[in-house]
Amino acid sequence: MKTFIRKMFYGDYGEEKNNAAESNSTNASKNEWPLWEVFIRSKQGLDHKHVGSLHAADAVMALENARDVYTRRGEGVSIWLVESKNIHASNPDDSAALFEPANDKIYRHPSFYELPDELKHM
Amino acid sequence: METSLEEQFQQKIDQEHKIEPKDWMPDKYRQTLIRQISQHAHSEVVGMLPEGNWITRAPSLRRKAILLAKIQDEAGHGLYLYSAAETLGISRDEMYHQLHSGKAKYSSIFNYPTLTWADMGAIGWLVDGAAIMNQVPLCRTSFGPYARAMVRVCKEESFHQRQGFESLWVLSKGTDEQKRMCQDAIDRWWWPCLMMFGPPDDESTNTIQSMQWKIKRFSNDALRQKFVDMIAEQIKILGMKLPDPDLKWNEEKKHYDYGKINWDEFWQVLKGNGPCNKERLDARRKAWDEGAWVREAASAYAEKKHTNQLNNSNKVYENVH
Ligand SMILES: [Fe+2]
Ligand SMILES: [Fe+2]
Repeated sequence: MKTFIRKMFYGDYGEEKNNAAESNSTNASKNEWPLWEVFIRSKQGLDHKHVGSLHAADAVMALENARDVYTRRGEGVSIWLVESKNIHASNPDDSAALFEPANDKIYRHPSFYELPDELKHM
Repeated sequence: METSLEEQFQQKIDQEHKIEPKDWMPDKYRQTLIRQISQHAHSEVVGMLPEGNWITRAPSLRRKAILLAKIQDEAGHGLYLYSAAETLGISRDEMYHQLHSGKAKYSSIFNYPTLTWADMGAIGWLVDGAAIMNQVPLCRTSFGPYARAMVRVCKEESFHQRQGFESLWVLSKGTDEQKRMCQDAIDRWWWPCLMMFGPPDDESTNTIQSMQWKIKRFSNDALRQKFVDMIAEQIKILGMKLPDPDLKWNEEKKHYDYGKINWDEFWQVLKGNGPCNKERLDARRKAWDEGAWVREAASAYAEKKHTNQLNNSNKVYENVH
């Protein structure tokens, strides 16, 4: 059978013509509700951790949706929401400049110091 | 000698480093992922429809609550996956548009009808069972947000499969009619479930690239075989039969042999000619169109609240000064 579907496996059901999945998001996203990043504290005493994102018209709706989408089985005791546009992130291309200065300061680690074996509890 | 971006990318993959949304990636990798993740999300969402068919007719309150919870999970799976796809630069609306216009595909399994209550059991046990087989290796896929979404999904799937088996198990010990219903559901779902793993390895030409990028880690046939081996054993507990006269334990291979899959049917369903393709897409479009006023109203309300807030804070400012 002649078919244009090039690739087929779970979660990917091919396409009628090549590059069908190419996006032109710019025109489609105008009416979208804003995107929010969701952070959840799984239990008292732990940090909030990023779990994903969702769309909601405002913060109240975002909170309700986050509860339904990310905590259906008691995964959380507290939720933080941040509108995604307010997140400022470092650029992976700058990783070297940003993080490498820490790498050559091995004296910041306790294992740098050679101490006598008799010394206990340190 | 300097290594190209592509080579560096492949090295990262080979060393099992995850790729994150802002990292450089080949266009083809991005495109493949957008397609795969969004189509996976569509499958979760469309997958709610065949089961939704039985919510109001569940045989007991217990079964109804379970079915509702399962379907709600599938909505959640769709949402985790849409949000993972968005990190690659496609908008949610664009993905919906691709689904509703028929441009994007979803798993062919959801284009089959749910004729009796036993289908709810068969779907949980077989369809979710096949999905788990496929999804567990995806927890280690090379793209970080997809892998993390899959971890979340897999944690929830186990309940889906167990409730399905339990439901069939009850039927298998019931009246003759219930037993017949149970066998009939298995007969109808078995072959479409085997198709869920995709065409045989020699026909899915680009699998090699996806394996190299570690998007996918096992071939279609390998996963299908694992599934057959698992179900062929589990069905004995139900005292039912799989509808395949060629199904036989192969002592030499240590696997079950199974009969020929009707790939023509598979391609027909995928192309839109399955029993429920039109019904499923119509239901999705109807939900989207009829929800338009809700989306607009919520936006207008948020906008208004925002403006009020600004005005109020201006007033406070004026009072102070
Ligand atoms: Fe699911
Ligand atoms: Fe499921």
